[in-house]
Amino acid sequence: MQAKTTILSLPTEEFVHPGTRACTGCGLAIAYRVGLKALGKNTILVVPPSCLTVLQGLFPVASTKLPCLNVTFASTAAAATGILATLKSQGKTNIQVAAWAGDGGTSDIGLQALSGAAERGDNFIYLCYDNEGYMNTGVQRSGTTPLGAITANTPFKGKLQQKKDVPAIMAAHHLSYVATCSAAYPLDLYDKIIRCKDMPGAKYFHIHIPCPPGWGYDPRYGIKVGRLAVETGYYDLYEIVNGEFKLTAASEKLVEKRKLVPVREYFRAQSRFKILTDEQIADIQNQIDAKWAAYYKKDEQQ
Amino acid sequence: MHIIEDGNAAAALGVKLCRANVIAAYPITPQTPLTEKLSEYVELGEMKAEYIPVESEHSAMAVCIAASSTGARAFTATSANGLLYMHEQIQWAAGARLPIVMCVVNRAVGAPWNVWNDQQDSISQRDTGWIQMYCADHQQIIDSVIKAFWLAEKVSIPIMVCYDGYLLSHTFMPFDLPDQEKVDAFLPPFKPEYALNPDEPASLNTVTLPDVRIDVHGELAHGYMEIRYLLQEELRTSLAVAAAAEKRFAEIFGRGGDPYIEPYRCDDADYVAVGLGSLTYQLRVSVDALRKEDIKVGVMGIRFYRPFPDEAIANALKGKKGVIVFEKALSYGYEGALASDLKSALYEHLAGTGHLPLVQNFIAGIGGREIRTDDLTQTLRAATQSRIAKEPTWIGLKL
Amino acid sequence: MGTRNYRRKTSHSEHGPGDGGRTGSWRVERPILDKSLCIPCKRNKEACFICWLFCPDIVISRTIPPKIDLEYCKGCGICAEECPTKAITMVDEAEFSKEDKE
Ligand SMILES: Cc1ncc(C[n+]2csc(CCOP(=O)(O)OP(=O)(O)O)c2C)c(N)n1
Ligand code: SF4
Ligand code: SF4
Ligand code: SF4
Ligand SMILES: [Mg+2]
Repeated sequence: MQAKTTILSLPTEEFVHPGTRACTGCGLAIAYRVGLKALGKNTILVVPPSCLTVLQGLFPVASTKLPCLNVTFASTAAAATGILATLKSQGKTNIQVAAWAGDGGTSDIGLQALSGAAERGDNFIYLCYDNEGYMNTGVQRSGTTPLGAITANTPFKGKLQQKKDVPAIMAAHHLSYVATCSAAYPLDLYDKIIRCKDMPGAKYFHIHIPCPPGWGYDPRYGIKVGRLAVETGYYDLYEIVNGEFKLTAASEKLVEKRKLVPVREYFRAQSRFKILTDEQIADIQNQIDAKWAAYYKKDEQQ
Repeated sequence: MHIIEDGNAAAALGVKLCRANVIAAYPITPQTPLTEKLSEYVELGEMKAEYIPVESEHSAMAVCIAASSTGARAFTATSANGLLYMHEQIQWAAGARLPIVMCVVNRAVGAPWNVWNDQQDSISQRDTGWIQMYCADHQQIIDSVIKAFWLAEKVSIPIMVCYDGYLLSHTFMPFDLPDQEKVDAFLPPFKPEYALNPDEPASLNTVTLPDVRIDVHGELAHGYMEIRYLLQEELRTSLAVAAAAEKRFAEIFGRGGDPYIEPYRCDDADYVAVGLGSLTYQLRVSVDALRKEDIKVGVMGIRFYRPFPDEAIANALKGKKGVIVFEKALSYGYEGALASDLKSALYEHLAGTGHLPLVQNFIAGIGGREIRTDDLTQTLRAATQSRIAKEPTWIGLKL
Repeated sequence: MGTRNYRRKTSHSEHGPGDGGRTGSWRVERPILDKSLCIPCKRNKEACFICWLFCPDIVISRTIPPKIDLEYCKGCGICAEECPTKAITMVDEAEFSKEDKE
C-alpha cells in the first residue's frame, strides 16, 4: 500500500496557469489541477467540449502545460485509443494518456465510445468530472443530474429521474480500476490516480465536482458542499480494484464512525434542490440509510 | 506483378504497401472485406500496424484523428450510413488538417435500407473540406490509395478514395501490384509538422475566436476565419500538387495520365458524357456503339471531384456542343451535384468564348438499380439529338 | 520541430498564463492574510497550506507566509472558508478602490 499523500508531500509543480476562464470557485479547477499533478508531465490529454474546454483556454493560448487534443463530444475515449495506438506503433510506452470529460460527455453522448475503449482494454485513464449537468451550455440536465435538481430544462419540477450510476456501468466492463472521487478531497484523487497508473487496460474515475453557478451556492462554500455530499453518505468515495469494492478515504471513516450527517444539510446548502419537499428528503434519507446499513453489515462480517 | 483480385483487396493491398500505422474500422457492407483483409495482414504480421476494431464509425474516425494528430499514418474505410455517421468527424479531420486516407466503398444511404451501389454517400460529404478521388477500375483503386497518402501528407488535407460498391469492390479484375520498394521510394514515412508529445506541449483544436488574437509570443495568431480560409486556399492549390503526385507516380511506376480527368474519344467529339467512377467505363461501350453510327460522342471520367478541377474540365469541354452528365447521386431538391458544378465551371471559363455547351443531366443506378448499357446508349443518342424535356431525367425508372 | 507554419493553418495553442485576462478584476472581495493567525507563519516552518491546496486558481504560494497573486485571484473565498484558523478574511474590494484613490 502506497503512503498517503499529504499537503506537504504533494508535488509543487503545477500544470495549469492562473487566469483561466473557469468561474470563480470552480470545483473542476481544483480537481483538474491536482489530477494533472498525479498524471505528471509525461501525459497526453484528450478533452471533449465542456467547461474544461473553456478552462483550457481559447486559441492561441492554452492554460494547460500538457499536450492536449480537443475532440468532438462523442469521441473522447476513441480518441484516447487513437493516441495510444500511435504511441505503441512509435514504441513510446512511457507516455500516459488521460481523457478528461464532463458528466454529459461521459454518461450520455460519450458512453458508447467509452464502453468500446473499455471493452477493448485500451490502456488509459478516463476521468469523468461530474458537475451533474450540462454546465457549458447553461446548466441542462444530464444522465447524472440527481433526482430533484432544478436545471435549465427541468425548470420547475426538478429532474424526475435518478442519477445514472456510471461507475457501476464501467465496473461491469471488468476494468482493473474504477474509483469515485470528489474535488473536496483532492489528495484522495491524487493517490488514486497514482495507484492505478500501472494497472492494465482502461481505468475509470468519477469525480464529484461542486459548481457554484450550476448548483446554486456561494463560491466560498464549494469545498464544504462537496464534503457534505460525502459526509451525508449521499456520494460515496470508493474504489473497485479488479472487481473488489472498497470504501475509501472519508467514506471509509464514516463506516468506522457509524454516523452520517443528515442529507437535508447537503440539499439545503444549494438552491438547485429548493423544490425538494421534506417528504422527498426523508425518502432519500431512507435510501441512504439502507445503503449504509449494508456497508455496516459488510464491515461487521469482515 | 499482375494479380487478379477484387476491388476491396486492391484497396487493402494499397494500404499495406503504404505502411499505414493505425487502421480503425467498423463493419458495413460492402466495405467489410477490405478492412477484414487488413485485420488479416496485421494478425499474420504481414503488416506492422495497429488495427483497432472500434465500436462505431464515429469512433473509427476519432481514432484516425487522434492517431494522425500523434503522428501516425492513419486509414479507415466505410460506406453509406457509416460515412454519414462519421459526418461530424469528417469535418473535424479536415478542419484539423489531418492527412487521413479513407476508402469510401460507395453505397446508397437509408431510408429505406439498401445495400447496393450508388454515390449518394460520398457526394453528400462533398462540402466537408476533404479531397475526393473516384476510381473506375481496380488499378485506379490501388494506385489512388498510394497517391492519396502522398498527396494528403503533402497538403495536410484528408482524402476519400471512392469506388463503387459491388461493381468494383466485389468483382475480380487483373491489375498490377506495385513493388514495395517502389512504393517506399514514392511515399516516404509520414513526418508531421507537429505531433502531440509531452516535450512540446500544444493544445490542438481549442475554441477559436471569430477575430484574430495575440499568442504567447506576442504575435498575432489567426482567427477561425483565417484557418478556414487557408483550408479552402490549400484545397485549391492541392490541384497542382495532385498533378505533381501524378507525375512522380508515372516516373516511378510507369503509368498514369491526366490527374483530374480521364477522357475517352473526346478529342473530336461534339458531345461528351461525364461521370464519376465505374459508370464512365460502362459509358465507353455506349460511346463505341454510337461512334459506329457516326455520332461523335466521347466520355470523360472525373477522377478528382474535390477540389473541383474546373479549369481542366472546362478546357476539355471547350467547343463541345453538349455535355451529358450521368450521376448516381443528386442534390435533392435540385439536380445532380456534378451537373451543377460542371455548369458553373463552364460558365466561369467558357462564357467569354461566346459558346457554352448545353448541359443535360441524367440520374441512374440509384440504390443499385441496374444500369443497362442499352439504356445508356439510347439516352446518349437522344441527348445528342434534342434537348431533354425534364432535368434531371431519371434513367431506368419504372413509374 | 518548427510549429509556426503549422500554427498558421490549425488551431494550435501554446501554453501561457492569463488566457482569461487579468482575472483579478473579477474579484468582489479580496482575501487578506493575517500572519499572526497563520500556522506556518506562527511556527515558521512548513505546515498546513490548506489554502494552497484548495485555491482553484493556483494563486496562493506554498511559502511562509503564503502569498496571494492578486492579478489573477478571483476572490472566491475558498481559502478564507477552509483556513482552519480563520487567518484569511474576505474584504470588500470597494475598500481598496477607496484606498487606491487616496
Ligand atoms: C455533438 C454535440 N452536441 C452538443 C454539443 C453542445 N455541448 C457542448 S458542451 C456541452 C455540455 C457539456 O456537458 P458536460 O459534459 O457535463 O460538461 P460540463 O459543461 O458540465 O463541464 C454541450 C451539450 C456539442 N459540442 N457537440
Ligand atoms: S460552470 Fe461550474 S464547472 Fe463550469 S467552469 Fe463554472 S464553476 Fe466550473
Ligand atoms: S490555510 Fe490558513 S493557516 Fe493554513 S497556511 Fe493558509 S492561511 Fe495559513
Ligand atoms: S482561494 Fe479564491 S479567494 Fe483565495 S486566493 Fe484562491 S482565488 Fe483568491
Ligand atoms: Mg457536466
